[in-house]
Amino acid sequence: MDALDVLWRLLAVLLAFLVLPLLVGQAEHKAMAHMQGRVGPMYAGGFHGWAQLVADGVKFAQKEDIVPSGADRRVFQLAPAVALLPYLVVLIVIPVGDGDMVGQVVDAGVFFVLAVMGVGVLGSLMGGWASANKFSLLGGLRTAAQLMAYELPMLLAAASVAMAAGTLSLPGILDAWQWWWLPWQIVGGLVFFTAGLAELQRPPFDAPVADSEIIFGAYTEYTGLRFALFLLAEYAGIVVLSALTAVLFLGGWHGPFADTLGWVWTLLKTAVLAFVVIWLRVSYPRLREDQIQRVAWTVLVPLALFQIALTGVVKVVIQ
Amino acid sequence: MTLTEAGHGAVAEAAAHPGFLSPTGVEIVFVLVGLATLGAAVVTVTTKKLVHAALWLVAALGGVAVEYLLLTAEFIAWVQVLIYVGSVVVLLLFGLMLTKAPIGPSPDADSGNRPVALAAALVSAATLVTLVVDAFRTTWIDLGTTGRGSTRVTGEALFRGWVLPFEALSVLLLAALVGAIVLSRKGKAARPGDGHGGGGTRTSGHGRTGRDGEAQG
Repeated sequence: MDALDVLWRLLAVLLAFLVLPLLVGQAEHKAMAHMQGRVGPMYAGGFHGWAQLVADGVKFAQKEDIVPSGADRRVFQLAPAVALLPYLVVLIVIPVGDGDMVGQVVDAGVFFVLAVMGVGVLGSLMGGWASANKFSLLGGLRTAAQLMAYELPMLLAAASVAMAAGTLSLPGILDAWQWWWLPWQIVGGLVFFTAGLAELQRPPFDAPVADSEIIFGAYTEYTGLRFALFLLAEYAGIVVLSALTAVLFLGGWHGPFADTLGWVWTLLKTAVLAFVVIWLRVSYPRLREDQIQRVAWTVLVPLALFQIALTGVVKVVIQ
Repeated sequence: MTLTEAGHGAVAEAAAHPGFLSPTGVEIVFVLVGLATLGAAVVTVTTKKLVHAALWLVAALGGVAVEYLLLTAEFIAWVQVLIYVGSVVVLLLFGLMLTKAPIGPSPDADSGNRPVALAAALVSAATLVTLVVDAFRTTWIDLGTTGRGSTRVTGEALFRGWVLPFEALSVLLLAALVGAIVLSRKGKAARPGDGHGGGGTRTSGHGRTGRDGEAQG
């Protein structure tokens, strides 16, 4: 792998990182609007408001960048970058197609992805504390509590797939994947996806940013470009979570004509999962803080442990 | 063995191994990252701002992860990030937020044990450095061979060669877990008992708990 090859791969990852979250954001605008009997953005760019998010970006960039006088300046300004950059790094190791279509093969890929995604949450905590605002602090507290509850089931569900494949590498898992893994790992897949939603603070797990209780949680004091970076991190998170669920549990590039159209399958599965994320936002009410904790510890953790036991038993039987 | 023989042995060993005087790129990076990690660690314990200390701890722990990575121990590096940065520091920040750590410096957080702590740190550091340097003085790891610290190698070493210490550690952690649950539930278990009074204060409730515990013991 020479320098030029590395450069092309990094450019491709950067392009995906800049385009895919905006696509998800626009899809959310339109899908949510139609589900609620509206039409959504119609004017920006001409055709069905396709450039709405570009216009939003221009608007955010023009706004004044305000740091509250009581805030911890450096931590406050650093927080959006800490929240956003991990998702860019994670995209490098997610395989899109068979063989060479991955930014970089990492031996312990599953652990790498989960570890780096965990770092992103530090951004919300830093922003929540450094804003010197009680609503921000409450949002940060809820974020931390939620993260600690949902990190465990997510890790256990991912470990189940790694056990089934006998490797921690994401391309390795896909090489070992068979169609009957779909029903075999379905419980783990549901746990992983739900825990991922909670980690992204997406509805119905959006108590950390509950607008009717604590304004906008950790992001209350942010404006302009830094606020836009936090929003972008949320949508990049949706892309990463959907792609990871597709790779780990839905077989990634496996499908008819996988030799030539593998990457289409990956993108298609990711897009369907991203649509489910949007759909859940429109259809489910927000869970209360105690309900969120109860779902994690009394439903998801036992289910994840059950999935690990099932994986172990089946693995021993078929060997 | 005479002194000359020992000298010859040392020379032969030095010739067989790469020396310190012509470091490779990886070794230079290793030392630089080590210095940065040390700096972050020193700031962690000297800064007056509590939350800043936790954030500098992230930098120090991340630096250690990079060092693992440079030694090709990829799996250990990611676990280091996952457990320490992703969980332990989040727990720390959670605790600091619960206690409403102020934005500015917190002068009352300094306990006055600074000289004692410094002495303890220096003594333990000296012991560890001496021990590690003495134990691995002439051991060289060839990082060029692939897969030395890969997940497979680490897993095989852990679950074949070191399975007994691993299990002992698991039991220890389990004991700590059960202990934490017992400690946190002790106050709650006795609460239904003093329900008949209805107006029992907190202190009387705790007294009851203590007596119940003694009666059961």
